[in-house]
Amino acid sequence: MNKNIDDIENLIQLEHLRDSAPPTNGGGLGLFANLVKVLGSSTKTNDKLEALVNYFALADNKDKVWVIALFSGRKPKRAVNTTQLITWCIEVTDLPGWLFGESYHTVGDLAETIALLLPETISSEQQHESKPLYFYIEKFKQIEKQDESVKRKFIIESWEQMDQNERFVFNKLITGAFRIGVSQKMMVNALAKFTSLEASVIAHRISGNWDPSTTTFGELLNENPAITDYSKPYPFYLAYALDEEPANLGDPDNWQVEWKWDGIRGQVIKRNNQLFVWSRGEELMTEKFPEYSCLKDLLPDGTVLDGEIIPSIDKKPLPFALLQTRIGRKNVTKKNLQETPITFFAYDLLEYNYEDWRNKPLSERRKQLEAIIRPLTTPTIILSPVISFSDWNELAELRQTSRENGAEGFMIKRKSSLYQVGRKTGDWWKWKIDPLVIDCVMIYAEKGSGRRSNLYTAYTFAVKDGEKLIPFTRAYSGLTDKEFAEVDSFVKRNSLEKFGPVRTVKPELVFEIAFEGIAASNRHKSGVALRFPRINRWRKDKKPDEINTLEDLKKMLEVYGTKPQS
Amino acid sequence: MALIEFTDKGLCCPQGKFYIDPWKPVDKALITHAHSDHARWGSKSYLCHTYSKPILQLRLGDNPYQTVEWNENISINGVKVSFHPAGHVIGSSQIRVEYNGEVWVVSGDYKVVDDGISGQFEPVPCNTFITESTFGLPIYKWKLPEQINKDIQNWILKNQEEGRTSVIIAYSLGKAQRVLKAIAEVTQNIFVHGAIYNIHATLMQAGWNLPAVKRVTNETKKEELAGSVVVAPPSADGSSWMKRFTPYSVGVCSGWMQVRGNARRRNVDAGFAMSDHADWAGLLQAVKATGADKVFVTHGFQAQFSRFLNENGIEAAEVKTEYGNDEEEGPTALTAAEE
Ligand SMILES: [Zn+2]
Ligand SMILES: [Zn+2]
Repeated sequence: MNKNIDDIENLIQLEHLRDSAPPTNGGGLGLFANLVKVLGSSTKTNDKLEALVNYFALADNKDKVWVIALFSGRKPKRAVNTTQLITWCIEVTDLPGWLFGESYHTVGDLAETIALLLPETISSEQQHESKPLYFYIEKFKQIEKQDESVKRKFIIESWEQMDQNERFVFNKLITGAFRIGVSQKMMVNALAKFTSLEASVIAHRISGNWDPSTTTFGELLNENPAITDYSKPYPFYLAYALDEEPANLGDPDNWQVEWKWDGIRGQVIKRNNQLFVWSRGEELMTEKFPEYSCLKDLLPDGTVLDGEIIPSIDKKPLPFALLQTRIGRKNVTKKNLQETPITFFAYDLLEYNYEDWRNKPLSERRKQLEAIIRPLTTPTIILSPVISFSDWNELAELRQTSRENGAEGFMIKRKSSLYQVGRKTGDWWKWKIDPLVIDCVMIYAEKGSGRRSNLYTAYTFAVKDGEKLIPFTRAYSGLTDKEFAEVDSFVKRNSLEKFGPVRTVKPELVFEIAFEGIAASNRHKSGVALRFPRINRWRKDKKPDEINTLEDLKKMLEVYGTKPQS
Repeated sequence: MALIEFTDKGLCCPQGKFYIDPWKPVDKALITHAHSDHARWGSKSYLCHTYSKPILQLRLGDNPYQTVEWNENISINGVKVSFHPAGHVIGSSQIRVEYNGEVWVVSGDYKVVDDGISGQFEPVPCNTFITESTFGLPIYKWKLPEQINKDIQNWILKNQEEGRTSVIIAYSLGKAQRVLKAIAEVTQNIFVHGAIYNIHATLMQAGWNLPAVKRVTNETKKEELAGSVVVAPPSADGSSWMKRFTPYSVGVCSGWMQVRGNARRRNVDAGFAMSDHADWAGLLQAVKATGADKVFVTHGFQAQFSRFLNENGIEAAEVKTEYGNDEEEGPTALTAAEE
């Protein structure tokens, strides 16, 4: 249905006449906005899958390619910056800047704030035409280099032709990535309905390096791809946490056990005489780790390895904190290379001689992996060792030595297992050691971001040192919504001071913080840095004077910590 | 001496020797509405609108209650007092106080659109207006009640198609009654949680014409619940009480659902931005309609709303009160502050 949007009177009348059927909005951005809404709000996997399948059934082919790209972390060209977007929103709404700021602070998402603030020109219930998703994305590319006035005109006119849901996704396209509850597995399952390709092949196709503006839907899901992308990684197979006694896994002989390393999961690809290193987050990290460049000459062509990216010296891993200092760095210095040499702990072989090996059993893959790695003498790549053990009790005992070995427990893999896609239960398990814990008191609180933007949910905790309280970590997760609300109301009633967004709180609430590791740090007042701190439980049974001391933390550092070299 | 003073017991009219919505026990309490953060236990006598009395009796027990009608003038120690519809929940009133030609109006909680059950908000001209500000940011813009009702009805129908029970989370006083009217247009198979049932029964007994509902008890059979609509208060959300409805979908009716993250955070299947409070435009409209030259802003976004008023030529100040944290619903996140 075509409408003249200048004629507001007419629009209002039409709105009143519309029937009660839910809007269809005839494809384009509206269809996409609807999809994002369902994906963002539904709590059931089946509903999400159904929404995706519906979308792929109805949407324009070019739009589909973009949706696949967006949902796997690719971004369109950034045509305007957030400052411009905010400025224009303030102009259109005629609100003072500070009030925009307050609104943003409460909503926690810029795209949504703007969508909520803009005056409604078309209601969500109203049937209206919406342009295709690719139209906007191509337009962003066109106006990228043009005058600000051109951009302004395009953005404001676009807003006027959209309802609130469309404005939200439109703003999202401009401001950055869509983070919504769609796993790659789910997208693959939805796409599998439209092609005879196997799920693992689809997953492979949509990962890696491809350009959504030049790739067609046909090419992406073609049964015989014409172009070869040598960099393309395989989707990772992920393990489930073992939540029962390992004895229930049966005969130990059926299982291969390795240490669970505390680095970054990665894939090393050697194809076409080129080397590519991918992280599990599907980030191409080849340049970050110059050490790996030697692998280009050492690995046979047509090889894909799965393993852990981790700094190590003499086959012994260094603390994760050191890896972080490497990742954050733009230029790697000679000193970095000496102090934190990055190693690849290889544990699986996914491709050999350009042949996909994922459907061979682990035992066979491991054998070939060993044949490839063993002869190499470089410290840059090593085999992640297989732990020998005769019964599960022995393994449980060995597990107690995880921290000394720089590991966080075991990986238990069925020897007959194929290399699957995503998280599948049954064949691969992670058997992690219990976290370290410490009791402490909350002393600062800050409002959360995004979905928790209205509540004080980010806390700083302290241990005691004599009479003093020494802050040592922050944590944002681990409480139920109900508990967060309870703490939030405590914070509001017991704030002592306000420093910007931070409130100093009466030190009264005691929490048990769990963490995976501890390292010395001179950037922290307490002298320690924790790895993966989170709230384990609220110790309502404890009083603030019963918390742990700085001394306790230092002891933990001595026992479990790995000091950074100086 | 101001006509109304802000004391540690609540809003006090020293001249009339009474309090409005006090949060500590006093001799004479005038009550805007029966939500538990405004109507508190322990005062010696209460004055409220006729419609509020049965609910106050249910919630606070037997006390000396005096009732008035809207626009009925009474005098308390020489101070002229009258109640005016606030449109928030059944019986909710703004309280107008006049002495020596000076007029103050205490809004309590209010909304300016007519929900068909709480009365139509009436602008009352005054010198000083004390307003709430629960949704005092421009991101809060409500859809028309008819549209939200339609959204809820469509959601119920979709659940019925898929063989799921629709569990609707709504406050026991206010939204529960509003939403029941909408539900009754699509199904007769309605169940309610005990907390809502009690209010429902009290209102029915007082002569309100509400849809017929059944109370969920331990004897309620699974077959009866299949495809039904259940209305429950926020405290029930996420509790084991809900398990009996499996398979079900949860829809929350709350103004906080306006922001996507809030619905996601509460892990609900549907959020309906339905509120018994005025949205941003409603607050501005109400403030302007009183013609007041001084506005005090209470519970909600008081800092933001009062700053905006000041910048737009209306003298305003924020006032700290103990409204907005209702113990009945418990600390159930955002929604607890909405009563
Ligand atoms: Zn209130
Ligand atoms: Zn209320």
